Amino acid sequence: MSTVFSKSVPGREGVWPDLPKTAPIDFIPAALLRDGDAGLPSLSELDVVRHFTALSRKNYGIDSNFYPLGSCTMKYNPKFTEEVAALAGFARLHPLTPQLPGGGDMSAGSLEVMYEMERCLCEITGMAAFTLHPMAGAHGELTGALMIAAYHADKGHKKTKIICPDSAHGTNPASAAIAGFEVVTIASKDGIIDPAALAAVIDDETAAVMMTVPNTLGLFECHLPEIVALCRKVDALLYYDGANLNAILGKLRVGDAGFDVVHLNLHKTFATPHGGGGPGAGPVGVSERLIPFLPISRVQKDDAGRFSLSYDHPKSIGYVAPFYGNFGVVLKAYAYILRLGREGLIRVSEAAVLSANYMRKRLADAIEVPFNRVCMHEFVASAAKLAAEKNVRALDIAKALLDRGYHAPTIYFPLIVKEALMFEPTETESKDTLDTFVADLLDILALAETDPEAIRACPTTLPVGRLDETYAARAMEITDDL
Amino acid sequence: MPYIPHTPEEVREMLDVVGLPDIEALFAEIPPALRPQSFDLAKGMTEMAVRTAMERLAAKNHIEMVSFLGGGYYDHYVPAASDMLLARGEFYTAYTPYQPEASQGTLQAIFEYQTAVTRLLDMECSNAGVYDGGTALYEALMMAVRHTRRKKAVVSATVSPIYRIVLSTYTKNLHLDLVVVPHKNGLDDFDALAAAIDGDTAAIVVQNPNFFGNVQDFTELFATARAKGAVSIMSCYPVLQTVLKTPGAMGADIATAEGQSLGLPLSFGGPYLGIMTCRKTMIRQMPGRIAGRTKDAQGRTGYVLTLQAREQHIRRQKATSNICSNQALCALRALINVCLTGNEGLTRQAARSIENANYAAWKLCSIPGVSLLNEAPFGNEFAAVFPVNAKKVVRMLMDDGIVPGFPLGRYYPGLENALLICCTEKHDRADIDRLARRLEKAL
Repeated sequence: MSTVFSKSVPGREGVWPDLPKTAPIDFIPAALLRDGDAGLPSLSELDVVRHFTALSRKNYGIDSNFYPLGSCTMKYNPKFTEEVAALAGFARLHPLTPQLPGGGDMSAGSLEVMYEMERCLCEITGMAAFTLHPMAGAHGELTGALMIAAYHADKGHKKTKIICPDSAHGTNPASAAIAGFEVVTIASKDGIIDPAALAAVIDDETAAVMMTVPNTLGLFECHLPEIVALCRKVDALLYYDGANLNAILGKLRVGDAGFDVVHLNLHKTFATPHGGGGPGAGPVGVSERLIPFLPISRVQKDDAGRFSLSYDHPKSIGYVAPFYGNFGVVLKAYAYILRLGREGLIRVSEAAVLSANYMRKRLADAIEVPFNRVCMHEFVASAAKLAAEKNVRALDIAKALLDRGYHAPTIYFPLIVKEALMFEPTETESKDTLDTFVADLLDILALAETDPEAIRACPTTLPVGRLDETYAARAMEITDDL
Repeated sequence: MPYIPHTPEEVREMLDVVGLPDIEALFAEIPPALRPQSFDLAKGMTEMAVRTAMERLAAKNHIEMVSFLGGGYYDHYVPAASDMLLARGEFYTAYTPYQPEASQGTLQAIFEYQTAVTRLLDMECSNAGVYDGGTALYEALMMAVRHTRRKKAVVSATVSPIYRIVLSTYTKNLHLDLVVVPHKNGLDDFDALAAAIDGDTAAIVVQNPNFFGNVQDFTELFATARAKGAVSIMSCYPVLQTVLKTPGAMGADIATAEGQSLGLPLSFGGPYLGIMTCRKTMIRQMPGRIAGRTKDAQGRTGYVLTLQAREQHIRRQKATSNICSNQALCALRALINVCLTGNEGLTRQAARSIENANYAAWKLCSIPGVSLLNEAPFGNEFAAVFPVNAKKVVRMLMDDGIVPGFPLGRYYPGLENALLICCTEKHDRADIDRLARRLEKAL
């Protein structure tokens, strides 16, 4: 399909404002003005609508396809929350408003949402306080790592390293490195953190241990109490990557369990849409001892019930966002929490974990599940045997699933399972959908034995087949002009 | 339960397959000692009840005022078709396009977005976007640090203080030396900026129009930076870039922008869009996702995420950045808005905004005691100086339903009497006349 630029016809009218009475050159010297125009498209409204409607049809989304993408929690995104975020009172509020004299009252509704959302997230996780500022999960990790650094600096500690298990999300070590820490990786044992391996490397220079529960294999970290004790001994902080919170709502609160810093992905557990790669939101919660280091500003409520922002927190790490985070995303998540309430959120995790285990059981006879025991909200299978015997790899199975109208599971992650396929059905998919999917996947696995070439040729039903990524990296055609 | 389709019968059947007696058995690994001490949330509500509650909260925000607040975040008109197209579930309920064959819509859109912003900023390469304009500037600085292997940055005080506070948080633990060069009446001190660049300087960081709205030419400064081996970074304002001399023409190596003005709602601070562009020679230092054009085995054109070896899911702690998401839907919104408004429409938006701001400045300056902070040309925003504290001016006018602008004293000590006033094409002469009348009365 040709690009929108190649469809441009000079002179075609779009959604234009009236002609101005003056030109920029009446106010700004020619030397400060642009030579020639920007070369942006000239199209009719219908041209644009057709183009983007056609593009949308080349995408799989949750609304059109089952999306069992492990680690990403691709649950249904309720529609009413979109309308809530679009309410003019929220969408049109300028972020500088509360910084004006009397501006707190002018933005009272938004400040109240932020305040109440922080309270909700505290209750859900058992943390003492939250900031809503981080604009994505990885941004939350960075915010957490900066707070960890500030905490230790404040106590006069010389801490240089952060420990991550080998099953960690790739952003964990990347965020720790950007906050100035050296990253130490420890090997898992039986799919979970091995306390002996942790004990061997944890020392006075350890600032924190970053982990996720359940971990990226979908397994509960059974040695959690020992890990907490090991951290306490050297005053290392324990960091929780909330990517997998969907498994434990109402079943485990990380604050109660001894974590000091957590980030949540509102676009996972709290059902805000992923948008093809953002925007997300990555609020961070802390235990009591880290409260002084939270980013500014912080929202507060006075005795009269009035909301305002406070900036006077001398130990704060400072600003991590231009304003108060991705407020539009926070709004949707807040509406979702109100809608489901206490019982609803507990049911989310129960149904998510049940569905994952059901799928695991139904598939375990046909494909190897390396840690085939009760899992949480996701599980990891391995195509290593098929790869060795039939040269059908995880990637090939993923492409065959695309052909049957499913988004593929996460593949080649976590790194510690060969030919990994990571499935996360989420609670919003019905048993019927899971059954149909399992039947199709079993069919693909059977076909891989008898006609592996057919699987390696997938996908054949989509707008394009497998694309030449080597050419893309070499040719570097990254705009219409290069 | 809403959104959870499992019936009690289905739960039973599924448990039977799993071989467990009840749901609780699924969580048996979590020991009693680790179970929640409380989970005290309100009872769920109907969709109607939540909407009503949220509508009440929205009504507590005062958006009915005539506002001249800008500061880098501007209220431009957004065509109706933009929201309609964005609402297509295939776009907004998709994940990151890691399976390109099932994501050609998102990928081609990123490619087109990259084309649009490189043309607008007159640069060669773009990524798919980062969180916001401030993050883009931070990432640009880190590109320069990696590229030059130097550890100092010279930053003009006229760069948005909202970006600069984020910059200082991010770089705190990275042993970078951020040298902020003071402004002169809201203008860049070009001599001091040039003098501050030395052999240790990784980058010079400036903004056009600057935070005070003034439009300047950085060509000479960038030439000086190049001669000293430093990278030139310019933050800019995309809508005005249709008419202003471009970062590319001035010789910037990296150009960034806050993309909010390209059709994103103000939404109390986010989600926004960080635009990042650079010269081809720096592409491998660029963080974030990049879409590239290629072919499949049958020769059909398609798009993939490319140069992924820079990213954290491959490089982990050695990645160029920890950023994983790219605000894809915000980038798509910006692209759709650019296409709907079109080259001519965006140029008119810029021209009308500049016209309105200049009219406002002329009207205000006719009020005794009011003057402009400086005489230099400006775009859609300017700093006016009052005989009284600007906060007082804001208070007086807010009672009349007008937000006259942003008091600069908050970020610039010494400018307590100055107000930053912005216009877009959404203001009309009547709004501006009313602002001037009320100001005259108040003073």
